[in-house]
Amino acid sequence: MAAQGTIRERARDIVEEFGLFDDWMGKYEYLIEIGQGLPPLDPLYKTEAYRIHGCQAQVWVRPVMKNGRVFYEGDSDALITKGLVALLIRVLSGQPPEDVVETSLEFLDEIGMQDHLSATRRNGLASMVRQLKRFAQMHANQA
Amino acid sequence: MHATGAIQDIPGKFDPAQVRDLFPTLRREVYGKPLVYLDNAASSQKPQAVIDRLIRYYSSEHSNVHRGVHLLSREATDAYEAARKRAADFLNAPSESAVLYTRGATEGINLVASSFGPLHVGQGDVVLVSHMEHHSNIVPWQMLCEAQGARVRAIPVSDTGEIIYEEFERLLGERVRLLAIGHVSNALGTINPLQNMIRQAHELDIPVVVDGAQAAPHMKIDVQALDCDFYALSSHKMFGPTGVGILYAKPERLKAMGPWQGGGDMIETVTFEQTTYNEPPHKFEAGTPNIADVLAFAEAIDFLEGIGQDRIAAYERDLLDYATEQLLQIESVRLVGTATEKASVLSFLIGDIHPYDAGTILDRLGIAVRTGHHCAQPLMRRFGIPGTVRASFALYNTFDEADALAAGVRRVREMLG
Repeated sequence: MAAQGTIRERARDIVEEFGLFDDWMGKYEYLIEIGQGLPPLDPLYKTEAYRIHGCQAQVWVRPVMKNGRVFYEGDSDALITKGLVALLIRVLSGQPPEDVVETSLEFLDEIGMQDHLSATRRNGLASMVRQLKRFAQMHANQA
Repeated sequence: MHATGAIQDIPGKFDPAQVRDLFPTLRREVYGKPLVYLDNAASSQKPQAVIDRLIRYYSSEHSNVHRGVHLLSREATDAYEAARKRAADFLNAPSESAVLYTRGATEGINLVASSFGPLHVGQGDVVLVSHMEHHSNIVPWQMLCEAQGARVRAIPVSDTGEIIYEEFERLLGERVRLLAIGHVSNALGTINPLQNMIRQAHELDIPVVVDGAQAAPHMKIDVQALDCDFYALSSHKMFGPTGVGILYAKPERLKAMGPWQGGGDMIETVTFEQTTYNEPPHKFEAGTPNIADVLAFAEAIDFLEGIGQDRIAAYERDLLDYATEQLLQIESVRLVGTATEKASVLSFLIGDIHPYDAGTILDRLGIAVRTGHHCAQPLMRRFGIPGTVRASFALYNTFDEADALAAGVRRVREMLG
């Protein structure tokens, strides 16, 4: 999870990986696989405090600051949602908070998952992103 | 007027091929695949006649009702009141004045809770609902009970998703002052035994409010045979426009009820000292109503009756049986709601696959279903599940679409199982 590279570099890797599949089924299967590979969140943290609302599925994200960088762990009881959580973590975890605040996450567009970002989708990806950024915002410019 | 007149002439079994062409949305593709629309319990698609009626009204007939001396206003008023007659006949209501226009079933129930509730429910009383109610037949009663110092109690539901009748009878004895019950469960499809429930409630002088939102598109409704005190339904679930519905109320109940909202049209005379109210139904219809949608709703009623609700019910029963059979052949599919009497709804789970995941994949396959708690959270808790996948059928759905659903569910299992 402590992948190397900037947000842009990591996002580019993801776009390349998804580019290997030419239909939506392949992309979704890969997303599900990524979700399955996400280490489960300690049940200790599956509490209201870490819960992201606005999702049909349950989603939790736990942020921590370490050495001036923001780290995220997360989980969901739905696999597609978990895959989306895993993508966000892969791109954003371990980054400087300022970068997290500023990122636009266009890569979701490029891998064909943009419709999950729409506020009307009940998976809460939009509120998830807001939550991740809010935490980063609180710690930005403090380092 | 009767766009479906031709269908009436075709005797015997109903075939959806006869009507599919009348629904432009059904010709749509999603993600490059033909749309398989199985979310009819949420809202149904509209036949061209309904759409045309809206256009015709706004193109050449629009004027306010009950107000003008001029020709346009008189025509609009006549059409608006003729639609009420149409709705009254549709429900076999004793008179037009027993039929109120609302925004939908939710508003109808809220109207009863606000205007009739306080007359009947007081401190320490009970409003009885069932465990399978939609939130819109729970929350208005909670609000009433909170104001009155009363409480809501729920008739328990069995593992098959049916009312436990002995429990209903037992609960009736507990200071129940009002029974509010769904005709058909939106989450399970269960058809409740209303006839007996209403009779027993009336023996104890308990008025009955029926949430008919899920029944009206699928079967013949006869409010006099049911003998219910109130019956609420929504146009948009029965091929009509959104934003309009009907509340049927027994005339003697209406007479006792005070107005709900104040404004134009609901008054007789207004002075700053005192206002006297119009007679029902207009007493309960303040402000300029939803004229266009009312007229188009009448068109939807023509469409339904043109086919014949008994033929619709018979066809949908066959379709539901077939779809149920197809789904049960798939390993790990579990139905939620297996009542003997069911309409239109197939609620299910696929192994431990989250309904949201299943719905997302089905969507990509062009199959529109609903996932989640279906605005029936107490019921989902009763079954100990976060929600279900719900396929809900209408008269235009085909056996091929039931096959497509089964194939889709198999695909979901391959991808997520």
